[in-house]
Amino acid sequence: MVSLFDHKVSELHQLLHKKEITVTDLVSESYKRIGVVEDKVQAFLTLDEERAREAAKKMDDKIGTDEAKGLLFGMPIGVKDNIVTKGIRTTSASKILENFDPIYDATVASKLHNAETIAIGKLNMDEFAMGSSTENSGFQVTRNPWNLERVPGGSSGGSAASVAAGEVLFSLGSDTGGSIRQPASYCGVVGLKPTYGRVSRFGLIAFASSLDQIGPITRTVEDNAYLLQAISGVDSMDSTSANVEVPSYAESLTGDVKGLKIAVPKEYLAEGVEESVRQSVMDALKVLEKLGASWEEVSLPHSKYALATYYLLSSSEASANLARFDGVRYGYRTPQPENLIDLYKQTRAEGFGDEVKRRIMLGTFALSSGYYDAYYKKAQKVRTLIKQDFENVFEKYDVIIGPTAPTPAFKVGENTSDPMTMYANDILTIPVNLAGVPGISVPCGFSNGLPLGLQIIGKHFDESTVYRVAHAFEQATDYHKQKPGL
Amino acid sequence: MSRISTDQVKHVAHLARLAMTEEEAAAYKEQLDKMISFAELLNELDTDNVEPTSHVLDMKNVMREDKAEKGLLQEEVLKNAPEHQYGYIKVPSIIE
Repeated sequence: MVSLFDHKVSELHQLLHKKEITVTDLVSESYKRIGVVEDKVQAFLTLDEERAREAAKKMDDKIGTDEAKGLLFGMPIGVKDNIVTKGIRTTSASKILENFDPIYDATVASKLHNAETIAIGKLNMDEFAMGSSTENSGFQVTRNPWNLERVPGGSSGGSAASVAAGEVLFSLGSDTGGSIRQPASYCGVVGLKPTYGRVSRFGLIAFASSLDQIGPITRTVEDNAYLLQAISGVDSMDSTSANVEVPSYAESLTGDVKGLKIAVPKEYLAEGVEESVRQSVMDALKVLEKLGASWEEVSLPHSKYALATYYLLSSSEASANLARFDGVRYGYRTPQPENLIDLYKQTRAEGFGDEVKRRIMLGTFALSSGYYDAYYKKAQKVRTLIKQDFENVFEKYDVIIGPTAPTPAFKVGENTSDPMTMYANDILTIPVNLAGVPGISVPCGFSNGLPLGLQIIGKHFDESTVYRVAHAFEQATDYHKQKPGL
Repeated sequence: MSRISTDQVKHVAHLARLAMTEEEAAAYKEQLDKMISFAELLNELDTDNVEPTSHVLDMKNVMREDKAEKGLLQEEVLKNAPEHQYGYIKVPSIIE
C-alpha cells in the first residue's frame, strides 16, 4: 500500500513547500491508517484527532510563508505515554494514572510544539516502561505489525509498532535498558537511545533516573537524525541534561565509512543469540567492510554481569521514583481507606500491575537496611567495571557493533510466566544504558518474515558517528524499504 | 535454602507501602528469592577497590541563580487531586 509516510521528512517538506500536499493531508493519512489497522495493532492509548485536525487547518494557511520553513513543520508524530503532554491524558500505561491530565508539557513536548510537529496521540507501552513486550500495559496488548501473533517488543512497543504500521510518520520512545532499540529491532524500524544527558528528561515519568533517555523512532536514519536534532540540548529543568554542544546530525550522513574501526564483542554473538541473528550481523559487517570499514573481535568481559546489575539498580531507582504514586496528589485513590497508611497501601496494591510491584519489591529490598551494601552498592561498583569495558574498547575503535536482540520477536504470551526469561531479551542493550553511551538499532535482515536489528554503539555524545555508520549501512541495503503486509 | 523469609517479604512490602495478602507474600517470596540468587552472580567479582557509579556523566552540584520563577496555579495543581477542599488536598485524618 502506498502511503505519504513512505516519503522521508525532507521529501514531505518539499512536497508541502511546493503545495503538492497540505498538513491536513498528512494528518488525514495518520487517522485514515489508524482507522484501518489500529483494531489489529492496538498501538495507541489516546488519540487527539479533533485538536490535531484543527491545528493542521491553521497550519495550512502558513504553507509557503516563512513560518512553514522548519523541516518538521506539519509532520505527524506519536508520543510514548510516559511523556507528559499538557491537556492530553498521560497514563504511563498504568491504572494508577488512568485519568491523569498533565498540567505542563515535558521539555521534549515543548520542543516538538516549537518545531510544529502535530501530535496524533499517545502510545502504548509496558506499565511505567517496565517490560520488553508491551504485554505489561495496564490497558491493552500491542501487536507486531509484521505478525500479529508476535509482540512488538517493549517497553516502547506502541512507538515502534505505530511507525512500522504507517500510523504515524515517526514517534518518541524512551529507553532504560533497551526500550527503544529492542522494539525498533522487532518492528523493523530505526530507534536511537541517545547519550545519557543528550535529551532532557523533564516531564518523562521517571523509571530509573540514571538510565532513562528519550529518543526517536523512525523509518529511516535520516529522519531519526532530524528528530533527535529537534529534541536535543541542555535544559534548566533537568540538571542531568548535559551542557554539551549539539552538532548538526544531518551533516554526519555522508555515506563515508572508509577507515572506520569497528569492534565486535564476542560476548554479543555468544550462546543464546539465535543463528539467524548472528548471521545477519556477519552479513552486515561484510557490507560495512565493502564500504571501507574494518572490524575486529573484542571483549567486553563484564557483559555477563550487566543483567543482574541492571535489575538491582533500575529496580532500586524505580522503588524510589514510584513512591510518588500514593493516591494523594494525583492518580487513582482507593475508595474506602481505613487511615492514611492504608490509603497508600491499598491505592498502590490496586493501582500497580504485577511487574511494577515485583520491581518495587526488589528495589525496596536492595535499598533496605542491612542489604544496601551487599546488593545496591555492589551493583553500582560493577556498573563502574561495565562502563570501563566500553571505555577500553573505545580507545581503539570508533563504534561497537552487534545484534540488538538475541532473537526476533517472540509470541504473545510466550515469556510471561517467568520474569527471568523475559529479562534475558535485553541482555545486549542493557550494558549500553549502564555505560550511558548512545546506541541505535537499524533493520539488518529477516528471519521467517520477522525483522532483525543491527545495534551500533558509539562514544559518549558521538551520535554523529553512530548515525554516519547506520546511514551508510542503510543506504547499501534495502531492508528499511520493506513494509509489513498488514 | 531460601534467601528471604515470608516475614521479610511482608516487611519489605510495608516499607514499599504495598498491601499484600498471605498468598501474594508467598508468591513474592519465591520470585524475589530467584531474583536475589541471580543477583548474587555479582559476588564472583572482587570490587573492593572499585568506586561505585551512580551516574555516568562527570558533573555534580549543577547550580542555578537563586531567582524566583512563576509557579503553578493552585487551581491547576488541584485538578488531578482525588479529593480536595478549601484549596487543600484532602486525606483521611492523621491525628486521632
